Amino acid sequence: MPIEQRIVNIDEKERIFTVARRAYVSPEIHKAEVAKIFDKVWLYIGHASELKKNGDFLTRAVGGRTLLFTRDTKGVFHALLNTCPHRGASVCRERSGNAKSFQCFYHGWIFGLDGKIRDLPGKEGYPEDYMQRKTSSLAPVPHLDNYRGFYFVNFDPEAGSLSDYLAGAKEYLDLVADQSEAGMEVVGGTQEYSIRANYKLLAENSYDGYHAAINHSTYLEYLKGTTGGLVPIKLEGIARDLGNGHGVVEYRAPWGRPVAQWIPAWGEDGKKRVEAIYEKLVARHGKERADRMATTNRNMHIFPNLVINDIMAITIRTFYPTEPDLMAINAWALAPADENEADRKTRLHNFLEFLGPGGFATPDDIEALEQCQSGFSNLKEVAFNDISKGMGKEIPSYDDEAQMRAWWTEWSRRIEGSEA
Amino acid sequence: MSATLELETLSRSDVEEFLFAEASLIDTWKLQEWLDLFTEDGVYYVPSTDVDPMASPDNNLFYIADDRYRLGERVKRLLKRTAHVEFPRSKLSHMVSNVRITERKGDETLVSAVFLTHRTKFAVTDVYFGASYYRLVVQDGKIRIREKRAVLASDGLRSQGRVSFIL
Repeated sequence: MPIEQRIVNIDEKERIFTVARRAYVSPEIHKAEVAKIFDKVWLYIGHASELKKNGDFLTRAVGGRTLLFTRDTKGVFHALLNTCPHRGASVCRERSGNAKSFQCFYHGWIFGLDGKIRDLPGKEGYPEDYMQRKTSSLAPVPHLDNYRGFYFVNFDPEAGSLSDYLAGAKEYLDLVADQSEAGMEVVGGTQEYSIRANYKLLAENSYDGYHAAINHSTYLEYLKGTTGGLVPIKLEGIARDLGNGHGVVEYRAPWGRPVAQWIPAWGEDGKKRVEAIYEKLVARHGKERADRMATTNRNMHIFPNLVINDIMAITIRTFYPTEPDLMAINAWALAPADENEADRKTRLHNFLEFLGPGGFATPDDIEALEQCQSGFSNLKEVAFNDISKGMGKEIPSYDDEAQMRAWWTEWSRRIEGSEA
Repeated sequence: MSATLELETLSRSDVEEFLFAEASLIDTWKLQEWLDLFTEDGVYYVPSTDVDPMASPDNNLFYIADDRYRLGERVKRLLKRTAHVEFPRSKLSHMVSNVRITERKGDETLVSAVFLTHRTKFAVTDVYFGASYYRLVVQDGKIRIREKRAVLASDGLRSQGRVSFIL
């Protein structure tokens, strides 16, 4: 592409970082993203805790495909393309459950939890070796792998390893996975919603420390107005590029964290519980790491569309472009598997205070993203977004935009080559 | 609404009158008055759509699970210009129907009703539909809400995207 056509424009010396707004509206760019990003990278499918028992399964849309995520009778996890190899119907139409096998409701072909064909009506109409043929079974995704219970798929047969892909993000997944010796689990209930905006706007928003004080002023006022809702800690921290487009902001904040920053509103009982959790962290991880886990917040983004925010609660969130100006979002709450009732209640109370389409903050993000998308109608006259805040700083602040520049630099490398 | 009501004789038409008045307060953004319909220990729930409609918010992720304090804070927030999602305010139209008294239990009357609500903002209209389950009590001759649980009948919030107003 000629220079003037480039979407991501970087001038380190002049501290200029701009992104052409057509990237958020163009159907051609959307197509390029599907081919060069979503068909190539590791995409989150789910957490190990969602398939607790052998035979458990769930269906989930990932990267434009409909997948069947299963745990077979031996406890092995599989990600299968949910389409009958015969004539195409989805072989499983339930959200989740426990099964011994899946029978296609169209012609009755039966598949195991591992996707292998078990039986089919009217076998005599097929050659003898028919069931042994690979094409007679449910197709697995080219790659399925996990890191600390976070499962990912990759649709590119040539893909490199998940571990290499996650790069610096592994350190931050550890900080979440290590919060309980019993492991972490996804809590029941999914927040499923959509935003009439390009998915990249949510990528930027998920770890945008710059907007919080303004866009979420009502949330902060609510905390201030709530007796014991805050501890006197200043919002302060850093942003990090974690490689391969991943990034994080890590900062201290005045709100309560179930693991493990107490606020007076939780009372003396709550204080004892939080202290006990903290002591356990110290015993397992030493004081320095325990302090980091307990008292710093992390909004992490794994390129291109996985958010793991360890803030006043932990949320896992993925989102996909359905069209250039429409995205579908799934969000879950993650918690220690051995969390006691009172802490779980506090955690979910905390979660809903800020997060999700009924929270005190996320709806204002949604409004902002949709208004950005609306503003892009003017892109012929106003063609670029500015993402330069904090450029040139040795250690970017949590409210700079270095993490977004890391994301966009990787996006640019994949979409328009590495000139940027 | 009739002057003084009593629990034992609460009729469907008393309940309907109350629910229609409630819907009108929400549609006209008289949210402080709406809040006054709740008891001191009143709660307001909107469960996520992949859990049991009667699930507990203590161990399931909901869209909204407000105790009376946070419900008051929700109203306070929604009446600010800085609640951006509702500025300018969306236009709302609640339709409430199929009202039934399902059980009388102690001091409570359990009621179910279906709702069909349209929300318009910036010329985009979304439809919200489902059933509301109420635990109602009578206090000082007036109906009050101890629990309102609005259960969406859609699969998630696609394409509505938010429950930023009161269902």
